Amino acid sequence: MKYRSGNWRGRIRRDAGLYLLLLPAVIYVLVFLYAPMGGVLIAFKDYTPTKGIWGSPWAGFKYFEKFLNAYNFKQIFFNTVSLSVYNLAAQFPIPILFALLLNQMRHKKFKQVVQTVSYAPHFISTVVLVGMLNVFLSPSTGVVNALIKVMGGEAVYFLGKAELFRPVYVWSSVWQDMGRSAIIYIAALTSIEQELHEAAMVDGASKFQRTLHIDIPGIMPTVVIMLILNLGRIMTVGFEKAYLMQNTLNITASEIISTYVYKVGLLNAQFSLSTAIGLFNSVISCVLVIAVNTIARRLGDTSLW
Amino acid sequence: MADRQKHIGRSRGDKVFDGIVMVLMILVLFVCLYPLYFILIASVSDPYMVSAGKVLVIPKGITFNAYERIFHYQKIWMGYRNTILYTTLGTAINVAITVTAGFALSRKTLVGRRMILMLFVFTMFFNGGMIPTYMVVKSLGLINTIWAMVLPNAMSVWNLMIARSFFETTIPEDLRGAAFIDGAGNLTFFFQIVLPVSKAIVSVLVLFYAIAHWNAFFNAFIYLESDRLYPLQVVLRDILVSNQPDPSMIDDLATLIEKQKTAELLKYGLIVVASVPVLVLYPFMQRYFVTGVMIGSIKG
Repeated sequence: MKYRSGNWRGRIRRDAGLYLLLLPAVIYVLVFLYAPMGGVLIAFKDYTPTKGIWGSPWAGFKYFEKFLNAYNFKQIFFNTVSLSVYNLAAQFPIPILFALLLNQMRHKKFKQVVQTVSYAPHFISTVVLVGMLNVFLSPSTGVVNALIKVMGGEAVYFLGKAELFRPVYVWSSVWQDMGRSAIIYIAALTSIEQELHEAAMVDGASKFQRTLHIDIPGIMPTVVIMLILNLGRIMTVGFEKAYLMQNTLNITASEIISTYVYKVGLLNAQFSLSTAIGLFNSVISCVLVIAVNTIARRLGDTSLW
Repeated sequence: MADRQKHIGRSRGDKVFDGIVMVLMILVLFVCLYPLYFILIASVSDPYMVSAGKVLVIPKGITFNAYERIFHYQKIWMGYRNTILYTTLGTAINVAITVTAGFALSRKTLVGRRMILMLFVFTMFFNGGMIPTYMVVKSLGLINTIWAMVLPNAMSVWNLMIARSFFETTIPEDLRGAAFIDGAGNLTFFFQIVLPVSKAIVSVLVLFYAIAHWNAFFNAFIYLESDRLYPLQVVLRDILVSNQPDPSMIDDLATLIEKQKTAELLKYGLIVVASVPVLVLYPFMQRYFVTGVMIGSIKG
């Protein structure tokens, strides 16, 4: 076999083996990711399983209108966005702060220990995490309420209060993911040139000043990219954690688009409506990613593509 | 320069700063570890003491009641067995597909590479959603079979990108040219030369995928119907989250209050039993975890 082949036909023949290696992955995305994209057609149809996707009559935007006019639309939309924004407001800056502080630790061994321990919670499953919240925060048997009572307070039903749903969700996520999110910033910090710090030290800059004027500008490009990624994901709040934390008492705050899609679609079997809601969400988040990225590219030279 | 620094020593401001950093980092260490430690001591303590807030530092009224009950509870072990099966089979499929495709996509002279890349990347921004995906899985006859646990998530495009950027940086194109001159085709080159030097990326992928399978809940929750197929996380959810311990676990207890207390104790024990395999392996695999996150963060 020849390696250098000028024209593309020759190269295709030469790389037949590579296409073979690609085949399983391509089949996978076509079957499990693209076929469902074709399936979103049912959002525009009155789908009934007996008639199939093609046989069901067209419904236009009926199901989108139905969702937008639903009595709980505003609440679900607000819940999704506010949970996400709250999450971003806490989950984004805290790992950066943690990385900056960790980077300043003098004791190298201890620094390594803190970092290793900090991403251990990331490996706990969502089910177990929510299970932990249940046992810790239980009003009758939980240790948190036991301590509140010891200190003379009243037991709080953390998981049964709508107004506490978001804080519990967000801060437990911070606990779980701070260390993992910090890895990338810690790496960016170690790649800052040491000479910069030495020069600043000669000029008498304090550690705090060096953090402010060397470290922070040094990791800024990474920060911007991570911010773009995170802003783009604002409409994609995962199903699992919200669903597992949900109960009849906190439902006014915990019902978000993804949990609602599940209930409408799989529990109530309203396939077209559920698909329309999901599509509505996907389109918004797709537009968001593109918009955020375009703005970032206009403002500076950082962008994802 | 560093010498001179040592001579003049740290300024007072720096000492205060170091002190604050130290205190905060000890706090982080405590916050990350204590909840895990608490679960451990609570699982072997008298549940009355735990709910009274008296078990904070060391276990009190030591009892292995929870573990004895869990040990005799069939469903947990069935869940364990299923999870191990799904994790092993699923990870093998995941890694095979990801590594092969990642290598092919890393070759810049591949005709149509950009288009194929677009095909993959687009799925990171847009997806069909829950119901259309469910319908595809159903039409393939996968509902309530073990294939529903390993095929709908047979590859993660994100991990594919990690594998691709790994091969781009570690396997120079000239090497492939040289292999061709020696008469090796693409497949020989991949299996005999590339794979043996790619243990790092394979380890990273095994770790990422295996953890995802071990902790997965969603697919089992929507695609499985029969108890005997349930993985550990679904079994756990019924007891930990829905607060419904199987009556058979505690039906020997006389009073309701006794049952309730034991149910609490069982939860602590179950959390330990479910998380131990991951946390025991953790020190060995955390190195690969960091490597993987790092490769993934390289813009590509």
